[in-house]
Amino acid sequence: MSRQYETVIGLEVHVELATKTKIFCGCSTEFGGAPNTHTCPVCTGMPGSLPVLNRQVVEYALAVGLAANCQINQYCKFDRKNYFYPDNPQNYQISQLYLPICHDGWVEIDTAAGRKKVGIHEIHMEEDAGKLIHDEWEDCSLVDYNRSGVPLIEIVSEPDMRNAEEVIAYLEKLRLMIQYLGASDCKLQEGSMRADVNLSVREAGTAQMGTRTEMKNLNSFKAIARAIEGERKRQIELLEDGKKVVQETRRWDDNKENSYAMRSKEDAQDYRYFPDPDLTPVVISDEWIQEIRDRQPEMYTEKVARYQEEFQIPEYDARLLASSKHMADVFEETTALCKKPKEVSNWLMVEAMRLLKDRGQDPEDMAFSPGNLAKLIRLVESAAINRTVAKTVFEEIFVNDIDPETYVEEKGLRMVSDQGALKKVIQEILAANPQSVADYRGGKEKAMGFLVGQTMRAMKGKADPAAVNKLMRELLG
Amino acid sequence: MSILNMTALELGRKIKSGDITAPEAARAVLEQIKTQEPVIHAYVTVDQEGALERAAGVQEKIRRGELTGPLAGVPVAVKDNLCTKGLLTTCSSNILYNFVPAYTAQAVLNLEDAGAVVVGKTNMDEFAMGSTTETSAFGVTRNPRNPDHVPGGSSGGSCAAVAAEECFCALGSDTGGSIRQPGSYCGVTGIKPTYGTVSRYGLIAYGSSLDQVGPIAKDVSDCAALLEAIASYDRKDSTSIPRKDLDFTGALVDDVRGMKIGIPRDYLGEGLDDEVRAAVLKAAQVLKDRGAVVEEFDLSLAEYAIPAYYVIASAEASSNLSRFDGVKYGLRAEEYEGLHQMYKKSRSQGFGPEVKRRIMLGSFVLSSGYYDAYYLKALRTKALIKKAFDKAFADYDVILGPVAPTTAPKLGESLQDPLKMYLGDIYTVSVNLAGIPAMTVPCGQDSKGLPIGLQLMGDCFQEKKIIRAAYTFEQTGEGR
Repeated sequence: MSRQYETVIGLEVHVELATKTKIFCGCSTEFGGAPNTHTCPVCTGMPGSLPVLNRQVVEYALAVGLAANCQINQYCKFDRKNYFYPDNPQNYQISQLYLPICHDGWVEIDTAAGRKKVGIHEIHMEEDAGKLIHDEWEDCSLVDYNRSGVPLIEIVSEPDMRNAEEVIAYLEKLRLMIQYLGASDCKLQEGSMRADVNLSVREAGTAQMGTRTEMKNLNSFKAIARAIEGERKRQIELLEDGKKVVQETRRWDDNKENSYAMRSKEDAQDYRYFPDPDLTPVVISDEWIQEIRDRQPEMYTEKVARYQEEFQIPEYDARLLASSKHMADVFEETTALCKKPKEVSNWLMVEAMRLLKDRGQDPEDMAFSPGNLAKLIRLVESAAINRTVAKTVFEEIFVNDIDPETYVEEKGLRMVSDQGALKKVIQEILAANPQSVADYRGGKEKAMGFLVGQTMRAMKGKADPAAVNKLMRELLG
Repeated sequence: MSILNMTALELGRKIKSGDITAPEAARAVLEQIKTQEPVIHAYVTVDQEGALERAAGVQEKIRRGELTGPLAGVPVAVKDNLCTKGLLTTCSSNILYNFVPAYTAQAVLNLEDAGAVVVGKTNMDEFAMGSTTETSAFGVTRNPRNPDHVPGGSSGGSCAAVAAEECFCALGSDTGGSIRQPGSYCGVTGIKPTYGTVSRYGLIAYGSSLDQVGPIAKDVSDCAALLEAIASYDRKDSTSIPRKDLDFTGALVDDVRGMKIGIPRDYLGEGLDDEVRAAVLKAAQVLKDRGAVVEEFDLSLAEYAIPAYYVIASAEASSNLSRFDGVKYGLRAEEYEGLHQMYKKSRSQGFGPEVKRRIMLGSFVLSSGYYDAYYLKALRTKALIKKAFDKAFADYDVILGPVAPTTAPKLGESLQDPLKMYLGDIYTVSVNLAGIPAMTVPCGQDSKGLPIGLQLMGDCFQEKKIIRAAYTFEQTGEGR
């Protein structure tokens, strides 16, 4: 490559909002459910039905907009985007084009290259479409309108990113922010967060933008990183060959690590946007904005600072705990119950993280109740079980959310604190292993470890190793 | 007096007093439908069994004292663009030839709550697009006053049904004059209420920002009672307005002394039939004699109302009607290859020429590059028209004028020249653009014996003023 190129990336991120009901009707947004069971005349586009805006959607959009330092359009409107497709029951999508709820904001991202601001062009509210199911066997297509009308916000960034690392940092920042706000769970795999990548390249130093392409179907951070790298290379190769980049929408195939053109700008549809006459303008008062501002929860940076100060947790640990809203919630709830922040932090940082990694899960997938972890910590604290047993119990809590007290009793895992009983077992072990006893007495310290291990095994782990050690040394004189 | 000659309120009183039962009234209407329909064809669907069943149910409730309203037991007709659960609702279009809604429109529910008995669904111009009820896919409706003439449209079926005594009163919808113009042609009374007064939930949309459901009846009192029954604040309709002044029958007062009535000069100019002009001016004189202050003034902008109306209504219609695609309900072409063809064939076969014309017009004015020049300009014109009315209503309580330039044309005359047909809406569309209420009340007939309607317009939420003026005029007997 003779010339130096700069990559310019902007993102369109769709986020499914965590409202209980849909954006324009009272149907449940719950995932799953038999096809077309979460539907009504409104979200199936029945003649004569009319949309009524869900207030919570506006509040979530405002919360995200305020957190992303956006200006608020205090008089905003919904527009119809007209296009024919069966997943869209009215053949128009209710969205916002002319007056989106939020605009001109920014978020800060941290990468190896340092800190930088990524501009937010706008955030608008819109409805999701239904789902088409192609039945190859019957050679027909069916539509499920359960998702039709589920509220979305689309966050459109400025073309401020230059590489995959920045894109991932931006997405992680958005995800964490939105999770903290409780506005969405932001799961890429499940589609509650979806990102389209707009990318162009230009010769380094030029001010003019190159022709961009839009890439769709990116279902993970890894796919996004691969797609950015692939598209950057493809565009540079075209330019190097003296060819032109065509403005088009491309679909990323993560299995083939390749993208292919879906439609070019020439084929682009005219959506004939116009204000939806069925909905009145949304007027957002200063008081309403203030109310949302006052209700904003503690965000990541504040939480990290508080953990260090209030719980004396090291910065690294605080950051890790706060990097997932759910993890932070579990940490705080458990700590409130057992008053042992460091213990809680240890269990989460070491054992929980290990199990998550083993199981290929995200912190959001932790499903156990803080109460059970708090009980476990108390059991260890009161020396009712030792740490080895506790690790097994923790795994049970993590996987099956068992009550540790009941579990320890049922499985007979409580430590034997009866010195007489312990002494009897040690004496039996010593009698059964004369060679090891001799070795120890002959100065081989290693033999002690073997004898303690044998004792622990005989006790089925229910003894405090320190106590066993102490008693054994006494008995061995 | 036979049952059929009574007004809705007269019948309601007789039912209340026990002189007539609701099933008797329903049977009388169904009998009349049988004799009239072969000529008039006011109905798309007559629900004989359902009507008798509902009448019996209503009678039982009246007996138990659960229904005491003035319309309890009165047989009514409903325009076929209002959804009725379990009862075919076609909009007089092939594309909905088999559509049976799963829910009932709020206006109809309100009517049923008042004890009215729905006997059937009335014919209309397809999707309410037309001025003659000739664009119906299921055949034309004839004017009961002279079957060689059209009943007007688009609520021609409802107006003809009232005029032919095939019901006591009916619901229509008015997007650009669709209650007032056929009301005028058929010699009945009708009100287009202030936008937001009657819920649009369940009204199959034509031009959403202009559509209003309204009453059609034999006289002003029935109209007021019917409007009182159907008007309500409805959370399911975002454009619905909570009002505390829905007691419209309270405005049935025979007195216009001191009322200021303005006649726009623009409404009396070129294109207005001489006989219609004479009848309207005579009605104005009658009101003046009864003590109103009547004067002419310049409303201005009237000439811009028709282009603005057709741009806005068609733009909204092009989007509103896109849901009729053969996927979920209604007509689907029998043979097609692939999705695109299914859409194309189903819609080509399902829609009539007038509907197609307006979908194309609407799609054009919204398309990229033309949006500002047509749609935005039309919206600005709409705002200016509203301002002109605001200015007029600072001076006048009521604005008076003709409903239509002529009396009912002969069948087949209008459709040959759509542009001329559109121009016939000149006196009615401004009202919809401004969102204000207006009504038609009979004010005589021409030399051929065809009815002439007097239009009374009021400021937003001032239905009571126009009802009062119309009632006073009606009481003089000069309108017959």
